[in-house]
Amino acid sequence: MDFQNNELLRFTTAGSVDDGKSTLIGRLLYDSKSIFEDQYEAVKNTSEKRGEEGVNLALLTDGLKAEREQGITIDVAYRYFSTPKRKFIIADTPGHIQYTRNMVTGASTANVALILIDARNGIVEQTRRHAFIASLLQIPHLIICINKMDLVDYAQEVYDKIKDEFAAFSYKLDVKDVHFIPMSALNGDNVVEPSKNMTWYQGGTLLYALENVHIGSDHNFIDCRFPVQYVIRPYTDEFHDYRGYAGRVAGGVFKKGDKVMLLPTGFTSTIAKIDTFEGEVAEAHAPMSVTLLLEDDYDLSRGDMIVRENNQPDVTQDIEVMVCWFSDRPLQMRGKYAIQHTTQDVRCIVKDIRYKLDINTLHRNEEDKVIKMNDIARIQIRTTKPLFVDAYRRNRNTGSLIFIDEGTNETVGAGMII
Amino acid sequence: MSYHLNHLKELEAESIFVLREVAAQFENPVLMFSGGKDSILMTHLAMKAFYPAKIPFPLLHIDTGHNFPETIEYRDAMVEKIGARLIVGSVQEAIDKGLVVEEKGYNASRNYLQTTALLEALENGKYDAALGGARRDEEKARAKERFFSHRDEFGQWDPKNQRPELWNIFNGKKQFGEHFRVFPISNWTELDVWQYLALEEVELPSLYFAHKRKVFLRDGIYMADSPFIMKKPEEKVEEMMVRCRTIGDVTCTGVWPSEAASIEDIIIEVSTARKTERGGRADDKRSETAMEDRKKQGYF
Ligand SMILES: Nc1nc2c(ncn2[C@@H]2O[C@H](COP(=O)(O)OP(=O)(O)O)[C@@H](O)[C@H]2O)c(=O)[nH]1
Ligand SMILES: [Mg+2]
Repeated sequence: MDFQNNELLRFTTAGSVDDGKSTLIGRLLYDSKSIFEDQYEAVKNTSEKRGEEGVNLALLTDGLKAEREQGITIDVAYRYFSTPKRKFIIADTPGHIQYTRNMVTGASTANVALILIDARNGIVEQTRRHAFIASLLQIPHLIICINKMDLVDYAQEVYDKIKDEFAAFSYKLDVKDVHFIPMSALNGDNVVEPSKNMTWYQGGTLLYALENVHIGSDHNFIDCRFPVQYVIRPYTDEFHDYRGYAGRVAGGVFKKGDKVMLLPTGFTSTIAKIDTFEGEVAEAHAPMSVTLLLEDDYDLSRGDMIVRENNQPDVTQDIEVMVCWFSDRPLQMRGKYAIQHTTQDVRCIVKDIRYKLDINTLHRNEEDKVIKMNDIARIQIRTTKPLFVDAYRRNRNTGSLIFIDEGTNETVGAGMII
Repeated sequence: MSYHLNHLKELEAESIFVLREVAAQFENPVLMFSGGKDSILMTHLAMKAFYPAKIPFPLLHIDTGHNFPETIEYRDAMVEKIGARLIVGSVQEAIDKGLVVEEKGYNASRNYLQTTALLEALENGKYDAALGGARRDEEKARAKERFFSHRDEFGQWDPKNQRPELWNIFNGKKQFGEHFRVFPISNWTELDVWQYLALEEVELPSLYFAHKRKVFLRDGIYMADSPFIMKKPEEKVEEMMVRCRTIGDVTCTGVWPSEAASIEDIIIEVSTARKTERGGRADDKRSETAMEDRKKQGYF
């Protein structure tokens, strides 16, 4: 069956309000024939009811009642479509300033970020913000969609100018792979179909880029990390002594017979078996969910980590983090928070707020240390127990953590370990 | 060196991770089993997640009393086969106790009454996490749902106040009395589900395959003829080859003219279908925001 070769690609969209995100997603879904008749009919009816000309494809993605009333997107919504090559998951995030947290959320799992720019406005404050967040969250690939080219006569100069301007500020950011595509989401130019109005552009359509961007090395296959998630003990006659460590490989490749080290104890053992429902497998890599069995009878539990002796993460209680704050109650200096990191559940105290980052200028503000909703800051924390961490740049799984308010249980911050 | 998973294997790995996370983070989870393909998939994935141990939580079926008989047969056989514990919540009982009032008329359905029976069953069992087979591609209100969806003491969903979900870290912390709905197959589409069930050769209820059935046409949708639905005088019963794309209560599940006899046929049918699977569900058609409104009240 052909579909067995499909890969999964997750992307997120960012742009200011009205740059055309919803229209672009609607266009991608519609032109790739992912829209069903009843969905299309519903949108057509609504467009007519509102007296809009044509069918407003943006309505395909504007989900909740409040959004449709206000005509804006208020929360991350996930969309799906597929082509014979790939299955796509879109995290559709709103562009308002107050919703930085949504972009961070959508970006956290993305392989690719689409950043929309209105060709008439060029690069604006929001563009810098979005590019910065994409780099902070280490999204491996960026596609800059220069939209509404129809409103600037499809002029190459406009495209070139925006491209140069983007390059001029993005060199300061940590982004590796950037593509630029001039398009009209409204008319469909360079979205799925190549534009007849911009023959000067030969770089391929957005869908082509999404189908072909190389995502094979987006996971870390070098540093072996296996956070124990759950211990499987069947207690049946057949599997009497079975003690399996279930989890999802967070980095590297594990093989049967590998010598491994167990954290936090530092004991060593050998992988006896990598088990799955289908039977034993020879090796396991990120992001597979498997069950590891060890030669020796150590009693590991959730939160422990299986690694290689010659390649260990930092085992530490003192951690430097870039945090994006989500709560309307500011981050408290010396405040205590619950933390979830891989499968560990600990508490922490905020020891220091090093600086707040102005994400438009990248200026490090060491005077103003009031960290409010949507602010990004570098902080130092101390945890109640050691965590097994890598730098976020090296591994998004073992380098990320969330902050939880112990009173309300809300997730109040996203942390990237430095 | 190239290590990669195809999209189905990656979705499987993600769902298994979520299922294990539930077993680890909650004291008393339950898996909501409706008898439809999505809950069959979820059960299948749960079996894989905990192999060779049994699924460490029970299955909960809310019985509207208006089921397709095939659903109940399938359910009982499956539970027997995998050695799961089954709990049944009954809408009939909720009616008898006076908790809810039966709807009347042509469009009467017990689908809405399920919410009350469900919340009752969850409360009685003191479940702190209820696993559901909902997918985000099903309906626009679902597109914003989290994997771990927090519910207040009244079982209500507040779409504006959801916890952000980052990376693969799931925050299942809660106050006493609150619970979570968890949706391990959030990222699967209808087509993914069929492709995977085909590859895994999962046994399915016969309702999903084309079979001869007495049906009648209502609002452009074929409905199964059943003693639980009151027909209008002009609604004429005819016999034709049909199958279900979703399985719910008889009173609100449309059937589709189809010749698809195998899963492979279904995959071809689904990948060329021009209507969403919920296009056949009368319950979604009541108003444009029907699903969102039901979800806020604590529907699946
Ligand atoms: N002329 C033109 N208008 C566009 C284009 N893309 C979007 N729009 C319009 O811009 C407005 C905002 O679009 P929308 O998709 O809702 O923006 P969002 O706020 O980023 O989701 C709508 O009126 C769209 O019709 C484009 O390529 N050309
Ligand atoms: Mg929008």
